[in-house]
Amino acid sequence: MSDFPRWKYALVAIVLVLGIVYALPNVFLPVPAVQITANRNGTVDQALEQKVSDALKKASVASTGIELNGDHLLASFANPDVQKSASDAIKAALGDDYTVAFNLKSTVPHWLTTIGAKSMPLGLDLQGGVHFLMQVDQDDVIDKQETRYADDIRSLLREKNIRYDSVVRNAQRGQGVSVVLKSAEDRTAAANVIAADYPDLTLTDGPATGDRFPINAVVRPDKLRELSVNTIRQNLGTLRNRINALGVSEPIIQQQGESRIVVELAGVQDTAEAKKIIGATATLEYRSGYGTPQQAIDAARSGIVPPDARLYKDRDGRPYLLSKNIIVTGDQLVDASSSFDQQSGSPAVSVTLNTAGAKKMLDFTTGNVGKPMGVVYVERVVDTKVVDGKEVRTPKITEEVINYATINGVFGKNFQTTGLRSPKEASELALLLKGGSLAAPVDIVEERVIGPSLGQDNIAKGLRAVTLGLALVLLAAAFYYKLFGLVADVALFFNLVILIAVMSAVGVTLTMPGIAGIVLTLGMAIDANVLICERIREELRNGSSPHAAIRAGYDKAWATILDANVTHLIAALALTTMGSGPIKGFGVTLLIGILTSMFTSVTVTHAITALIHGHRKLKTLSV
Amino acid sequence: MEIFNHNANVNFLGMRKFSVGIAILLMVASIALIAVKSLNYGLDFTGGVSLVMDYDQPVQVGDVRDALEKGGMEHAVVQSMGGTKEVSIRLQPKDDPQSGVANGGKVNLDKIADDVTKTLQAARPDAKLKSRDYVGSAVGEELRSDGIVAAIVVMLGIGLYLGIRFEWRFAVAAIATEAHDALVTVGIFALTQREFDLTVLASVLAVIGYSINDKVVVFDRVRELFRLARKAEPEEILNRSINNTLSRTIITALFTGITMAALYFFGGPAVHGFAITMLIGILVGTLSSIFVASPILLWLGVSKQDLMPKTKENPELARRP
Repeated sequence: MSDFPRWKYALVAIVLVLGIVYALPNVFLPVPAVQITANRNGTVDQALEQKVSDALKKASVASTGIELNGDHLLASFANPDVQKSASDAIKAALGDDYTVAFNLKSTVPHWLTTIGAKSMPLGLDLQGGVHFLMQVDQDDVIDKQETRYADDIRSLLREKNIRYDSVVRNAQRGQGVSVVLKSAEDRTAAANVIAADYPDLTLTDGPATGDRFPINAVVRPDKLRELSVNTIRQNLGTLRNRINALGVSEPIIQQQGESRIVVELAGVQDTAEAKKIIGATATLEYRSGYGTPQQAIDAARSGIVPPDARLYKDRDGRPYLLSKNIIVTGDQLVDASSSFDQQSGSPAVSVTLNTAGAKKMLDFTTGNVGKPMGVVYVERVVDTKVVDGKEVRTPKITEEVINYATINGVFGKNFQTTGLRSPKEASELALLLKGGSLAAPVDIVEERVIGPSLGQDNIAKGLRAVTLGLALVLLAAAFYYKLFGLVADVALFFNLVILIAVMSAVGVTLTMPGIAGIVLTLGMAIDANVLICERIREELRNGSSPHAAIRAGYDKAWATILDANVTHLIAALALTTMGSGPIKGFGVTLLIGILTSMFTSVTVTHAITALIHGHRKLKTLSV
Repeated sequence: MEIFNHNANVNFLGMRKFSVGIAILLMVASIALIAVKSLNYGLDFTGGVSLVMDYDQPVQVGDVRDALEKGGMEHAVVQSMGGTKEVSIRLQPKDDPQSGVANGGKVNLDKIADDVTKTLQAARPDAKLKSRDYVGSAVGEELRSDGIVAAIVVMLGIGLYLGIRFEWRFAVAAIATEAHDALVTVGIFALTQREFDLTVLASVLAVIGYSINDKVVVFDRVRELFRLARKAEPEEILNRSINNTLSRTIITALFTGITMAALYFFGGPAVHGFAITMLIGILVGTLSSIFVASPILLWLGVSKQDLMPKTKENPELARRP
């Protein structure tokens, strides 16, 4: 029977072999390991390897191998208990210069990894992962807000031509802004314009003395509360973006309490890398330049900085004086991407501001063409040190001028920041900026690696459910459709293999909902074969010859299978693109499962059927 | 082996007033239940209290769960943390029978922590409370609306596909029955007050997928029979379509049901919600494929003319003899 062309046999054979090869890595379970990375003062080299192995020997902990892997050292162990004591021993021996973290070491053979075959990463629920508890710095929110109100009031008064003595933040946080006017009339006028423009401020007149007529402007408590809620929300969104950039699937990012955020990253055991991305808060500040270069050099030498200015340095240590007033900050930034400056060809970051930021930038550049403007890169990292047995956290803020140039023209919404050293630096900066700046800095106050014991329990249960479900369906199909059922069984089994192969190759993180998706896919994959078998039976009943029945069965069932699966595919696609968390994971599994099952239950079964029945004269069919 | 009599010609359409009546009744009841009793949202949606317990000796997660259940806290999420001696417990205040949330409305963290500690110490005296905190919900506002948007897009996408591949009446019938299946499934959750969490939500969306798959098979046969038949009495065609596909409809439901039952009984508590939702959805979806979808088609006035392949006006073809 030439019903089934040769190239299709070849296709089936190739796909099956590829499926088996790419599903294979999942058989090799990763072993517990301890990863050692260097902090600023440490180096990872042979000497370190020796030190680690000595430390392990001294603590009489048996390791199954220590491996130097580029910038980190990986020591593997037989089981999690050994891993734990090994980690303690290594930590004690190495001290603060190294980060010692739990990790997993892949045992997939080299020949498989060279062809790109890898095992599915497992979700937090299946293998544990990292858990961070972060504290959002609410004080910083209030500080920023009050400073901004002070700046805004100052420019408002200037705009309305109301003469003022001073506009300053009160020394105590949360006490608002103190505005001092020169006369009672000015005070009334000022109070009116401020009240009209900033309804979120509560204004009270202070005691007037001589020519000092103060008003105290305090941010309303409900506005502050709203701010803190928004801060948390923006931080949650920003963290979500950054973690997506990390490539962790199905992270949990949620609010806890008033000012805390929990982040759980499945599969990530390397806390150092995760912390670097999550914990670093980088933002830009655009400030107007102040004075001449000589003044800056003098200020740096003498340490005397003009009251309206701040002294900064660039990477090479050159001093710059910039105004204390910030024109625009990173949280007014909508988008950032790395590019090249069209004139000089040097790496640059293209920046887009939001409307408020654009207006401020436009206002500033309009009045200051030909004057300098500086861009300050602010990065905040929290250092943790153990002093007297207690953890002491000191936030370290690095401020660096990355660009200092003359304003060439008026601009607002879109502009470029040039003067970056390398395309890599530009793209890193763009990534950090685009990830959104955090509305307030976060400190990691708690960090835990979640043990894999629960995961093993879940994996065992999931595996049992998959095998049992599969076995039952295989039995039922063979029982109900006999030979054709057996053929469908073979196809269903291969469907599982190919599904796992594709999920592994694509890098889908396997979670419990994902396993549920696999089980559901197996149950529904048999539907195509049920359709085919029922059709063949119908054709036989209607008096067709066996060969004709097979041909008609496949032909007629195909249209139905296609329609049914395409509609199902639309559903899976929507879940994948619009869902999040378990919904997305489940959607991806379903999506891949529908595609693989269409191939196995139609093409693979057809190939096997053609092989069995093809060259024989048939009187009856076993269906 | 065959379970079904292939000559059967049950008059499913004959009972359409009755069957669709029941379907509408179920839908209305579901909406009412969801409105009145509301869903028993899980921690994913509501947030709750998170506790970390420290044991002197290694402890099994299952034992902790059992101890909590004995104390009446059935829906607590228990996970092991770090080593074998620390477990994290997350629960909703209302799970704690003594917390009295109903009267005060405000969560008393200390009280709940105290109750849980006492309950656990009754089983294992070495249990100690290490930390306690509130947990926010994993499903933020945006994510919740994303879910609704996803469901709507699914329905519209499917409707559009069916409208193009079949005809608009099929799209309408499919969307109506889909909405019915999803609603009734959620309605049963409202009735039984089973916990509704993120995996259950995923499962409800999967039910929509299953249910549409099921309907399309019947619709496909309807189209085929209409095109083949010389004299097409809609009611008869629809009846024949349901009967012809009946064995497939039920066998597939059984097969899928088997795997979901395996998942329910052996997959562990993490997928209980998923499996039970699918089982309910498969039952509801299968029944609506048989009893509800086709009557809607009939009422919408499906006919042979609607389904004939559209022949394009082709002058080249017209000129040929």
